[in-house]
Formats: sequence, structure tokens, C-alpha cells
Amino acid sequence: MPKNQNVHRVMVIGSGPIVIGQAAEFDYAGTQACRSLKEEGVEVILVNSNPATIMTDKNIADKVYIEPLTVPVLEQIIEKEKPDSILPTLGGQAGLNLGMELEESGFLKAHNVTLLGTTAETIRNAEGRQEFKDLMERIGEPVAASKVVTNVKDGIDFTNTIGYPVVLRPAYTLGGSGGGIAHNQAELEEILENGLRLSRVGEVLVERCIAGWKEIEYEVMRDSAGNVITVCNMENIDPVGVHTGDSIVVAPSQTLSDKEYQMLRSSALKIISELKITGGCNVQFALHPTSFEYCVIEVNPRVSRSSALASKATGYPIAKVAAKIALGFTLDEIKNAITKKTYASFEPTLDYCVVKMPRLPFDKFITAKRTLTTQMKATGEVMSICNNFEGALMKAIRSLEQHVDCLRSYDFSALSADELKSRLTVVDDQRIWVIAEALRKGISYDEIHDITKIDLWFIDKINTIVEMESALEEVKSGKALDKELLSQAKRIEFPDNVIARLTGMKEDDILALRRKEGITPVYKIVDTCAAEFDAETPYYYSVYGGENEARETSGKKKVLVLGSGPIRIGQGVEFDYCSVHATWAFAKAGYETIIVNNNPETVSTDFDIADKLYFEPLTNEDVEAIVDIEKPDGAVVQFGGQTAIKLTEHLMKIGVPILGTKAEDVDAAEDRELFDEILQQTGIPRAAGGTVYTAEEAKAVANRLGYPVLVRPSYVLGGQGMQIATSDEEIEIFMEIINRIAQDHPILVDKYLQGKEIEVDAVCDGTDILIPGIMEHIERTGIHSGDSISVYPAPTIGKLIKDKIAEYTRRLAKALHVKGMINIQFIAIDEDVYVIEVNPRSSRTVPYISKVTGIPIVDLATEVILGKTIRELGYEPGLQPESPYYAIKMPVFSFEKIRGAEISLGPEMKSTGECLGISKSYHEALYKAFLGAGVELPKHKQMIITVKDADKGEAIAVAKRFEKLGYIIYATRSTAKALTEAGVKARKVNKISQESPTVMDLILGHKIDLVIDTPTQGRDKTRDGFLIRRNAIETGVYCITAMDTANALAKALENAVAEESLSLVDIASI
Amino acid sequence: MKAFLILEDGTVFEGTHFGADKEIISEIVFNTSMAGYLEVLTDPSYAGQAVCMTYPLIGNYGVCYEDMESRKAWPDGFIVRELSKIPSNFRCDCSLQDFLTEQGVPGIAGIDTRQLTRILREKGTMNGCITTNENYNLDELIPKMKAYTTGKVVEKVTCDKKYTVSGSKDLSENGPVSGMAVFDKASYEAGKREMRPSMVTALNGKGLKVALMDFGAKKNIITSLAQRGCDVTVYPANTPASEILADNPDGIMLSNGPGDPKDCGPIIDEVRKLYESDVTIFAICLGHQLMALATGADTHKLKYGHRGGNHPVKDLSNGRVYISSQNHGYVVDTDNLSSDIAVPAFINVNDGTNEGLKYTGKNIFTVQFHPEACPGPQDSGYLFDRFIKMMKKEEI
Repeated sequence: MPKNQNVHRVMVIGSGPIVIGQAAEFDYAGTQACRSLKEEGVEVILVNSNPATIMTDKNIADKVYIEPLTVPVLEQIIEKEKPDSILPTLGGQAGLNLGMELEESGFLKAHNVTLLGTTAETIRNAEGRQEFKDLMERIGEPVAASKVVTNVKDGIDFTNTIGYPVVLRPAYTLGGSGGGIAHNQAELEEILENGLRLSRVGEVLVERCIAGWKEIEYEVMRDSAGNVITVCNMENIDPVGVHTGDSIVVAPSQTLSDKEYQMLRSSALKIISELKITGGCNVQFALHPTSFEYCVIEVNPRVSRSSALASKATGYPIAKVAAKIALGFTLDEIKNAITKKTYASFEPTLDYCVVKMPRLPFDKFITAKRTLTTQMKATGEVMSICNNFEGALMKAIRSLEQHVDCLRSYDFSALSADELKSRLTVVDDQRIWVIAEALRKGISYDEIHDITKIDLWFIDKINTIVEMESALEEVKSGKALDKELLSQAKRIEFPDNVIARLTGMKEDDILALRRKEGITPVYKIVDTCAAEFDAETPYYYSVYGGENEARETSGKKKVLVLGSGPIRIGQGVEFDYCSVHATWAFAKAGYETIIVNNNPETVSTDFDIADKLYFEPLTNEDVEAIVDIEKPDGAVVQFGGQTAIKLTEHLMKIGVPILGTKAEDVDAAEDRELFDEILQQTGIPRAAGGTVYTAEEAKAVANRLGYPVLVRPSYVLGGQGMQIATSDEEIEIFMEIINRIAQDHPILVDKYLQGKEIEVDAVCDGTDILIPGIMEHIERTGIHSGDSISVYPAPTIGKLIKDKIAEYTRRLAKALHVKGMINIQFIAIDEDVYVIEVNPRSSRTVPYISKVTGIPIVDLATEVILGKTIRELGYEPGLQPESPYYAIKMPVFSFEKIRGAEISLGPEMKSTGECLGISKSYHEALYKAFLGAGVELPKHKQMIITVKDADKGEAIAVAKRFEKLGYIIYATRSTAKALTEAGVKARKVNKISQESPTVMDLILGHKIDLVIDTPTQGRDKTRDGFLIRRNAIETGVYCITAMDTANALAKALENAVAEESLSLVDIASI
Repeated sequence: MKAFLILEDGTVFEGTHFGADKEIISEIVFNTSMAGYLEVLTDPSYAGQAVCMTYPLIGNYGVCYEDMESRKAWPDGFIVRELSKIPSNFRCDCSLQDFLTEQGVPGIAGIDTRQLTRILREKGTMNGCITTNENYNLDELIPKMKAYTTGKVVEKVTCDKKYTVSGSKDLSENGPVSGMAVFDKASYEAGKREMRPSMVTALNGKGLKVALMDFGAKKNIITSLAQRGCDVTVYPANTPASEILADNPDGIMLSNGPGDPKDCGPIIDEVRKLYESDVTIFAICLGHQLMALATGADTHKLKYGHRGGNHPVKDLSNGRVYISSQNHGYVVDTDNLSSDIAVPAFINVNDGTNEGLKYTGKNIFTVQFHPEACPGPQDSGYLFDRFIKMMKKEEI
């Protein structure tokens, strides 16, 4: 069927801010789909509140609205832009839900807007629990039997029909508390009784337990003619019980025979056909490990994290094809963009093995529980490709950038065999390391399998790695590291540094030996067809042994663009935005572009962004091997965050010119002494401080400066490990935490200054600088810039300060010989400006400031790197005129997903994403920013205030504002006293330890809009505050931990506009 | 032990030996299925060939005898990137290594199978040799390799004598319907393995008699018919048409099989006689080619064939595309096909080659691909139901 002629203007809904479970994959899918729509001549109207995305660029869509993703806002945009269709299946669950609400209310019909792709009925059938269950029963596809019960007897009766064990899930309890697995009637009675009591509605879901079954996923596509194909199947190494987003996943499945593979494939195709999905769909199965019994776990009738992974694993662009299908094309009409010979109706076949590992945030949330459950906790992921499983696993491990590079990186050697067996029952992110140790201790495959239910095949592969470790260790006792052993170690991707550690040799000697023996990697192509057809798209992965397919290239100059690796707190999708834009800018300047990255969720690893894509770990050794093949004319590191910066030194060592700011200048910004010298030369003040290695030195410096002080490691992103210390005792604690990981660089201790925090991104051509704008943080210093509300243009500082900031920026950029991007944070106290830190690279704020000022910062920086001057690019140097729009960047957190995480804000970044509020009015922009972050207030007009003594004064002012807004204010004892004395009608509530009703009962009563809880300086040790904050977050109550944020919210609410009459800004026209 | 794969163009791959210890010369072909190596090995259509699996990790789930598509392994040799050290699957009877040794098939592992595939793709299917002799002599081997042909290989793979498989009388005989399998702990612990599920949901072929000409038939062709209730009588390839027709079948099925269809001269004459009868005929792969040759069309060898489980074929009667299991080196040439005799019924979406014919004025249709799957997608299993409808003279 040719393209549907009635589709001309399509509204695409994005997924909003990045949160755990809904991350960069939707920027990848959305960007690809928008480009695919535009390719067909369709006008695209894009709505997404997330400014850090590539999809919200004006070259991706025709109209771009970075507006809150709420129904009234979308309705207003539809009325204004009059699209004829809407595509809701690209924006994750958030986008899908919005599309459904618009459809169900009849709004789309009334405005003649068609839901493209999958119909509303299909979505209901796939998403509605009961509808889905009914449909599966009708078509003979099994689902795990379940029933909601309200008493113990019904629970026992039902369980007798389905058999033990069963999973019990009480309705409406915190984080699944009161639930559990019952293996017999006694356990069932106990858990069920307890669960019924805890459930607010007295209901418990009794479900057949399928934990421990194999978890298998299929990505399937269907077009409007009913043609169906499978793109990929994937097998989770972690059996059912761990969210697939947190599992180690391998593609294709490894332990299924053709019979099981085809049985599940046919089932997936039957389901997508019965659901009448047009587009892509993900079907998750649980397969009994010793029979053909299976259950359908879940169906996602949209692009998803798994579909992004499947696209990258196979080379099949699911989102692009889904967009074409939505326009009416059939699979046999859509060309396979990789081979350009086959069609989209060809099922990809792999001739390699793909491993995905989750990037979990436990290094950020050290108090959080590391256990993995059905609630996803990973912020991002890495993917690796190899022609053997061990190699793919080893590559994935070192791609994580979590100080792990092999199966010895977490040390469990102190545990006895018995201790290991009990440790194996813990399902957490370190499980494969525990398995490796168990194998070293001689625990049998069967025993490990019985405990973990992980398939023997995977255990055997882990054992291959363990055996290789021992074989290499024998070199220490005199065995020669011969060619055979070394090639075997490299075949399964042991990095040189690990080989060096195990053999006691030097890393350089290993490399020399490899070169001498010709043991170097070759590159193979991901081509969707296992080499059956010649592929046109150079998308490479490395293996040891065999033929090299990396092609000879044109006579153009070549640039290596280093990506930013997995998405993590502190290094998010913003850096992918910068890498992609730099790649495009280099291509425009006539360069051949080569991207190296390992993140399957991103736009940068799409097959048609760069001329060549290397899907490889971002380590010195892996990048050097690519350099050996490609011999680039230069590498650019300033766009890939800290990941790329860390590679600078090695790239220089192997003779790759660093384009833009030199490595020694990057060092000068990070090295305390060098930087102090520069500040002295340029006459720029900063907070006094010193560098230390030990707690003793730190205490000495702190006492010299006087408390409070800021303690932090150097060369980190997102303020990792950064803390405000108020006492010697705290210094000891923080230093201990920082030094848990061996530090290559000294730790910085600075006097903590409290003032307005200002941030600047600038481009410097060596002589002149261009500052697109100055951003001011709403929260005073002490809260990480990534977690602060950031306002452009800076609203409360005068011309004098602005000029000072522009001048300091110019001096610093020049002194550091910056060529390209620089990001600086300042503190403004009265008329004084101090520098906090300088990063001679792109930053988190670049995408948003580019969009709101209309100044393409990354493109300009790239041109400057290539030798153009700012003036040649048509810009007058200096601070650019302010935009008529206020743009307010609001951080968004995923605290509810990480049980046990401390939510109070401080110098270490904790947010996972951001959204933007944009308007000509400051107040409206602020209101929109809160709205975009999901703060839709007021609801019940009741709030709780509990603040530390130092904040009591400010709390009174805040309380008065909320009282005026009609809020009923509850406060704990001392806060209530302070408020009452100041004339605020505060109602006193009991602390948790006191008698009911306590503050906790209030929160759990679901009648509270807001909690303002400022923890005592430094790390909060009172259990009360922590519990209040955790419970607020887990019950969906908005929780504020800084007075500045509270004031900003009050201001937004005081100036709230009806959602239906918010002003809308098309970014593409700025 | 070292092993070598030598191609007739002089390319040498060094790898590791497994399976039976013998030197072979054969036609080297590649298969792109990611699972289903056992079904490939036991597909008689591979007789006279050595198969390279493009998926690099082979042997992961071992060998389950129930999944064999014929009585033995047929390829002359087996070429893989990496052989699993341990097999892991609840139905596993033995490891792939042991199976190949027992079956007398030599294998080579540890070679760059992707490079081999690229060579075959660029230069076309070639003959080659697998040997463990480190002192091989290329000057001697190359002429021998070049002289190799698969020859009259159908004779080797067909059954010795006629036999009948009774159709299922009740659906329960087929094992659980796919999706309805339930783990039975007691019988599992007693060592009983569950029967693999069936895709068949109705006994629509009950009472029908099908004559299957065995040119190297895969077991699942018989199973697909028998599970639908058909009684299937299997005839050796050299059975005269008159003998088959004398048994009065409701329908005749021409099976898949190995080799060049033009090497099947006498069989083609008998197929012509079947064509001239009024009996309903359904043919797969070699059977499809033989029917085309019998009715005046031509066949030619493809550069490197279609072997895998991911080829899209379009049913020209309704425009629908199905993913098919394929294994053929030859293809029917439709250029000189007269529409009075037959019209194309299926085409390959990738390269436009013929994938099926509908015979004009006859109750005959034939396909190049494998609706019986095993290995590969089960999407075109509906063609067996179509055959049954044709035998029952129902609308299709």
C-alpha cells in the first residue's frame, strides 16, 4: 500500500524528562522517526518538555514545542497547529498515555485528528490488565494465572487451583511492602493475612510464581496489510524476577533450540496480529526452563527501551520503519537502509553475539539497596558486540565506567564456599562477580544453577573467563605467555591491563608482544543479514582473528568523535546531543566522521549519523585499536563529557592530535595548583582551599579555612562524591567514602561560600569569546548545578555583575587557551564574583541554551575548532543580547525508583533528567517548568513543613505565602512553634516515634500536596527526616529540601495560569 | 587437532577438528539460521554438501533426537565458528560433538565463518575440502575439488521401501498445542521429557490419503500432514507414477530433496505422469523444481543459494508477505514459463526469484520454500491446510 495521502501534518509526542525506565532511547526513536516522516514530505510538529534532546532541534521537526506534556497543553497545541494526525507510540509510556487521553476524551475526533499507527482499541487491549488477560485467553496464549482476593480463604482456594509457589502483591502499599512469595499454605496464610491488613483497600493479588523461568523477549513489527516479522529475540541471563532493564541481556537467545525459538516467535506474531498493532511491539515471555510451558508476561505496543536495543543489536531501524508503517507503507515496500538491497520484510539474522548490561546508580546512592527486582533501577545501559559470548560480556563490563574491567573487579575472595552460596541468593548488580568467585572456589555448575536459576550455558561461559584468569596467572609462576595463550585471552576480550595485572607483566609489554605476534583486532560489519548481502553502512565491531572489513576510505580528512558512554546521573543525554551536533558540523565542514560509542539508547549510535560507527568500549586500548585502523587526522573529546576527556591523555600519547583545547589546558583547569596560578595571573578570586590525599590533611585544611567546607575529588562529573562538611567527623566520613575507590588525583577541600550560583557556557576561538547567555540558579550554592533550577536570562543580577562575569569568562578562556567550548560556574555575593569551577568542554546546559537563544553553540564551537573565528562566523564577540524569552530548566528526579536513596539535595548531583519552561513572562516560565516536571499543584491544599533551625526564619516567609494560597500547614514540633509564634496558623503534628496520628500518617493518608523538609547541614542522621522524605517520595508527594526551591514554587503558584491558556512557544521559530 | 578447510580457489582456513575423523570433498554452502543446527544437519537436502553456519555459537543446546528431520545426518561436513563446550537444554540427548562423531560427519571449528560466507557470496558456491592432514597438497586437491559434483544424490537419501504413517485420530496424539504445554514435575523427575508442542489445531485432513514421493523428505512434512489427520504413504523416489496412482491417493506430495533437479531424469518423467493425472498435488523445493521441469520450464543454479530462516516470500494471491525457511541452490526459471501451464504464485521479496507456482487448469501448486519449517519460521504452515482444502475440493 502506498503512503496514505491524507497525512500531511503529524504531531509527535515525546517522552519528556529522562527518568529511570524512560531514558534516551526515546530521543533516539523519536529523532529517527521524525527524520523518517520528513523524508516522506510530512510536516512534523513535535512536543516534548525535554530540552536536552536531539528530537527537539529545529532541523528534526518543523515546529518544536518544549512545553509541559499535559493534556490541556497538547490540546492547545493541536488547536493552534491543526495537525491532521498524531503519532503517540514514540514517546514511551508517557506519550502513549497522553495520546490515549486525547483520544478517549473525544478531543481528537472533534478536531479531525487521526491517531496514526496503532489504534486506541489496540492500546487498550495491550495495556489494560483485564482486557489483555481476556484477549490472551481468547487466542489461546497463556498468562500467569492471578486473582485479586479480599480474604485468606479465597487466597488458599485459588492457590490450590494453580499450585505453589505464588506471589502475593497487596494493593496500594508502599513499594510492595507486605508482599512476598509463599511456597506452602502456612507461608501463604501468614503473608496474606499481613498483606490484607497493610493494603489500604484490603486487597491482595495472588499470582502464580514464575520467578526463575527464562525471560525471553521478541521485537516484532506488523504493517497495515497484516504482514508480520520478528526483528530480534533476546534472552535475559537473569531469569524472571529482575526487570529486563536491569538484567544482563543477550541477543539472540542462546539456550533455546529451534523448537522453543519458533514456538515463542509464532506466539509473538500471533499476539501482534490479534492486537492489530501497526508498527513495532515488544512481547515478553517467561519460559519454563525444563518444559515447553510459557507465559506471556507483557506486551508494549510502542517503541521501547528493548526496541532501541534490538535496533542497535541488529541494525534494523525499528522506529524508522514504524514511522513509515504509520504513513501506510507496507514492510515489503520499505527498503532496508543498511543493505539497500533487501526490504524491511526481511528478518535480521545475526552472525555475532550482543550483550547488554545495565548502568545502575548505586555509586551515586550509596545508601540504596543494590538488590534488583521487578522495579527498574538502571539509569542507562551499555551494549557490546563480539563473535563469542565471553568477549561480548568482557567488553560490556569495561564499557560500564564503574571501575570494573573483568570478573575480579569486585572482590569476593574472602568469602568461604558456604558464604558464597548464601551470597548467591542475593540478586544484585554484583551477581556475576559472585558466580565467578563461586566457580573459583569450586562450587559446581549445578549448585550455582540451583541457587540462581541462571542457565548452565551462561555459567559455563563465565567459567571460561575464570579459567583464562588462572591460566594467565600461571605466567607469574614462570609459565610463558605464549602466542596461543595470548590470542585465546584476546579472543575472549581480556583487555591488556587485566592481562598485565594477572601475569604481573607491564601493559606496554603486552601490547608490544601482541603487535609482534600479530594479535590485533579486526573489525566486522553489523549488516542485518550475516553477510548474505553486501551492506552499504559501515557499522563496526571488533573481534580477534579473521578478516578485517573496515573499509578503505576517501581522501577526506577524518575526525574521531568520542561519545559519552552509558547514561548515568551527571552525564546524560545532553552529551549525546553535543556529540551528534559536532559530528554533523564536522561532516558539513567536509570531514569524514567516525563515532565511537557503546550506548545503544542514543542517537549517536544510529547507523546513519556518522560516516562510520564503531560500537566499542571507550577505553584507551579499544580506542587505540580503532586509531590504528582509521588513522584519523584528529580526535575531538570536548563533546563527550568526562568519558571522552579521560581518553585525551592516551590519544595524545599515541599521536592523535586533539582538536580544540589542548589536553594540558584541560589539565590546568582540573589541577589545583596550575589553576590557582591562572587565577592569580588573571586576577580572578575563588574560595580559598587546598588539595589533600588523606583525612588528616583534609581536616588540617578545613580547620585552617574554617567550616563549612566543600570536599570533592577532582576529574569527576556531576559532583560525584562532593559533600559539604561541617565538622572533622564529617570530613572523616566523606574522605573514607571518596577513598573507597583509588584516587588518581588529589581531593579538593574548599571554603564553602553561600551566594547566587551563576553558570556560563561560552565558545572561544583563542582570541574572542562568545557567550550566548548567563544562567542563574534559583538555589544558592551548595546544591549541584545539575539539580538546581536554572534561569536564563539571569533575573536577579545587575549589569555590573554580568559584565564582570563576561570579563572573567573571557580572561579564563584565553588563559586556558580554550578553542571550542568552555563552561564556568561562578558565585555572586553582593558585587563580588568568585569562580567555582571551570570545565573546558561542553556541558549539560548547552542544548537548552542553544535552543532558547537560537545560537547553535556546538556547531560554532566545531567551526572554531576547525580554525574559523567568531567574527568570521558572523557573531559579534562577547555576551550576546538577551532573548525575549525566559527559559527555566527544572531538574527531574527518579527517587521513587531507588529504594533507600537519600533524596535531599547537596553538592552531589542526583537528578536523572530535566524539563524546560519557556515564556516571555518569568512567572509563567517558572510555572511551566514545575508543571513539566510533573508538579501539578494545588490538589488538596495541605502541606507539611519541617525544617532545620537555620531555615526557620525563611520557613516563616514561605509558610505565609502558602497560607495565602489557601494551604493548610502541618508542621513538626519546633517548626510549628516557630511558625505559630510568627502568626502562621500551623497545625502541630507528632513525630514518627510519637503516638498516632503522626506526620507519617498524614503522608500515607494521600491528602498532602507537598512536604518541605530541609535536612540538617551535611548528612542527615535523624531517621525521622529520612523516613519522611522517603515516604513522601514513595507516595508521590512532591518533596522540597531547599528553601529557595520552596520560594520558587510559591512564586509559580501565586502566578499560576490556567493550563488551557498558557502561552506556547515554537522553538523552531526563535 | 588442527583441521583445514580448503576451497577450490585455493583459499585455506585453519581451524580445529571435531566430529568424525575423515577427509571430505564437498560443495560448501552457508546457512544463516541462528538456531536449528540439528534440523539442518538432518535435512536430506544437504546431502552432497558441507554446511557452514553463519551464526557463530553452535551446539549450545546439544542434540535432541526428537528434533531430527530424518534418520541421520546428511552433510559431508560441518563448519562452525565456535562449538559450545557444554550442551544445555532440558531435552538434550547428547552433545553435538558426540552426535557428529557417531554420524561420521567431520567438522571444523574456529574459522572465520563470516569471511567464508563473504567469499561464497562474492564468488558463488564453491567446492571445498575438510582435512586434518597438515601436509595437504593443493596441486592434487584443487583438481579433485573442481571435479566434484553432488551427482544423483536423491537415490542415496530416499527411503528403501514404501511405508505408511497413520494420521492422528485425536488432537491429543499430537502432544500439547503450542501455548498449552504444562510442566509436569512428577513425570519430569521420572525422566520423561514432554512432547514438543504442535502448531496444528484441527484434524481437517482426517480420512484423506496422501502419497508422499520421498526425494529426501524432511520428517516434518509427514508430521504436518499426519497431525492434521492425513494418512501419509511414503514412496521411494524411483516409484513409478502408475504404482502411486494405483493406490488411489487423495493427494500427492512431492518432497524436498538434494542436488541438481536436472540430474533426476527418470523421476521427472514419472512426475510428468502425475501431472497428467487429475490428482491434487502439492510440492516443496526439489518437488517444485521437478514439476516445473516436467512441464517444460527450466531451472538454473543460484550464485550462492538461499539457505536460512529469514527470507520473505510474497503470496501473489493476496499480496501478503511471509517469512520462510529456505534451502535451495537451484531455482525455477519463469522467463519461458507459459501461463497455459503455470503462473507464479510466490516470489522472493529480496531478489524477485520464483518461490512458487500455481498450475493452470490443474489442482496443483508448488513452492520453493519450506512450509514445514524445522528449522525456521512456521508462518507458511497454512499451506498444508490449503493442500487439504484442495484435496477436499473446497474453496481456497
